[in-house]
Amino acid sequence: MNLTLKVWRQKNPNDAGGIVTYDANDIIPDMSFLEMLDVVNEDLISRGEEPIAFDSDCREGICGTCSMVIDGIAHGGQRGTTVCQLHMRHFNDGDTITIEPWRAKAFPVIKDLVTDRSAFDRIIESGGFVSVNTGGTPDGNTLPIPKVDADEAMDAAACIGCGACVAACKNASAMLFVSAKVSHLALLPQGKPEAERRVLKMVKAMDEAGFGNCTVTGSCEAVCPKEISLDFIAKLNREFGKAILKNRAERQVAD
Amino acid sequence: MNIITNLFSSSVGKKYIMAVTGFSLFGFVIAHLIGNLQIFLGPEAINRYGHFLQSNMEIIWPARIGLLVIIALHIWAAIKISAENKAARPVAYAEYNPTVASYASRTMLMSGLIVFFFILYHLLHFTVQVDQVNLTGKSFVNLHDAEGRHDVFAMMVLGFSKPIVSLFYIIAISLLSLHLSHGVRSMFQSLGWKKKSYANVLHCFATGVSIFIFVGYVSIPIAILLGFGKEALSK
Repeated sequence: MNLTLKVWRQKNPNDAGGIVTYDANDIIPDMSFLEMLDVVNEDLISRGEEPIAFDSDCREGICGTCSMVIDGIAHGGQRGTTVCQLHMRHFNDGDTITIEPWRAKAFPVIKDLVTDRSAFDRIIESGGFVSVNTGGTPDGNTLPIPKVDADEAMDAAACIGCGACVAACKNASAMLFVSAKVSHLALLPQGKPEAERRVLKMVKAMDEAGFGNCTVTGSCEAVCPKEISLDFIAKLNREFGKAILKNRAERQVAD
Repeated sequence: MNIITNLFSSSVGKKYIMAVTGFSLFGFVIAHLIGNLQIFLGPEAINRYGHFLQSNMEIIWPARIGLLVIIALHIWAAIKISAENKAARPVAYAEYNPTVASYASRTMLMSGLIVFFFILYHLLHFTVQVDQVNLTGKSFVNLHDAEGRHDVFAMMVLGFSKPIVSLFYIIAISLLSLHLSHGVRSMFQSLGWKKKSYANVLHCFATGVSIFIFVGYVSIPIAILLGFGKEALSK
């Protein structure tokens, strides 16, 4: 396959950046999208040019490191997968493909397609801790948890924090990410004692990072590689409402 | 104090304001429609209804002031949220595909603002009854029925008999229905009142009620343009 790539190139965070066109020749359809970029980079290096910087790690769709917007869709539009699991057979010979980094004020570009997603880490940090007793290993099923709750918590915990929800949202909102993190702990008894404080702090950290507001367009859910449901955002809204109505977080001991 | 700051300064809180005020305005849109559809019951019904509203100051003024506050809050939240959303993506995508995001969901601010300007016109047209804006060359204030009540029936027939006025009305109602098709669904989401078990019911309710609002409101100018209530024009 021969393709034309229009790639966002940006030397450093302060560079204005711009789209540069490259030819990707002799691409094998069985290559993943990242392998295709590896081939393009090999070619660039052999010609003495700077290779395209992009994030990747596990390359098996579970780490949440790879991140690029392909033809306007975060992770490229194949449902429930990250870019590393998108294969070139989904494209046609002669296609022109536009590749851009996640675009959000909270995710500044470091170089080319690499963005700084530490805003997510700050949200996680703000969530604090869960209270767990130390001592010997507790017996199995000491804490009865209904199967449906455990399943729902697992669905939320599947979030790999890649940031595609932010990239896809027209408002660059991080609500899907935050809702997954808030929900997965709020659904389980282990996360209950700090639930109210956690949701208030995580929403505050999210707002401070400069993410937008949720306007329920559903774009985030459509591109999420772990198919996190929009229903978790409703759950986050419910948890937040309960927390501000009870207004107990202020009276709790500071961390 | 804390609850107020959380409501007005947090992203989720502002969406609560949006949802609650939106729900109130949605309630008004439904009540107003049911009131207006009485035109099809003839002059007696709608004139009696108009007289009932106008003669109860202690109901109509609190309702008007309440609506004004609610609209102000709704617009304030909309503008604040939109400004923050714009700021959240300073560099736009060269190519952006919103995938499943509906047209209605992407145009809420614009449809809302156009409906707001329509409401201003609508108030001048039928509530304040400024003669210059009705384009008929007649005065609405002087229309009275046999019992001396304000002749709402004749006013509506006369007002909508101008095709350009009816066209603006129909465009505004189309945008309002579009706005509500997304808004009604989203307000439950924003308040956290949505679960998988009844998400489909909410979705169908939002679509159904938007169609009902569109058909209900638009039926009035269409019927009038097709000749309904012609006899009132001769007055």
